[in-house]
Amino acid sequence: MDDSLLEKKEGSIDNDIEYTTWTEYWLDGELVHRSAHVTLKTSPFSDLVAATFG
Amino acid sequence: MCTSFMGQLLTATHNFGTAPTRGTSAADTFKAALYTTTASPAINAATTAYSATGEVSGTGYTAGGVTVTNATAPTSTNSSSTAGVAYWTPSANLVYTTVTLTTAFDTVLIYNSSQSNAAVSVHTFGSQTITAGTFTLTMPSNTTSTALLRLSTT
Repeated sequence: MDDSLLEKKEGSIDNDIEYTTWTEYWLDGELVHRSAHVTLKTSPFSDLVAATFG
Repeated sequence: MCTSFMGQLLTATHNFGTAPTRGTSAADTFKAALYTTTASPAINAATTAYSATGEVSGTGYTAGGVTVTNATAPTSTNSSSTAGVAYWTPSANLVYTTVTLTTAFDTVLIYNSSQSNAAVSVHTFGSQTITAGTFTLTMPSNTTSTALLRLSTT
């Protein structure tokens, strides 16, 4: 395949939960490759906090 | 609560029940499964065990997900005389290599495949699809404030 025919698209999102990047390659209007890389920052379900009795 | 106790909870040192449920001293195997945005029942804090219902499916993805690399034991540290944190993070990123997952997914469930697939934690992220590519979940730094799992007293 002639790589010059591929159209590359990239994007990212950055918020309190994650930093995510993705890369897409399109050929003649068809998505032929998509990868994503998610960096987890925090999760509402990962913390357990117990208050200490005074 | 003693901070060392919280760390020991992560290594199954204590058993408050009447019958131990563990028969081995070896470390357990943990796995990470991906779930679609429309999984029903939803995968959340109420999830008690891994289920294939709502799990992603597609080329290159094996039901049950990938094995979590666990080379670093949990750590506990005091932040004061009355407070502390016990924490743990997988020692490698979760990588789903060369997969095609065309149904959008936004959730990963970490579960203990050595203990009846008991649920450990749920983590959500922006909706994704993968086409003949790799999905990587990079683990946070294994610190008191950023580790993937944290038990803390205040």
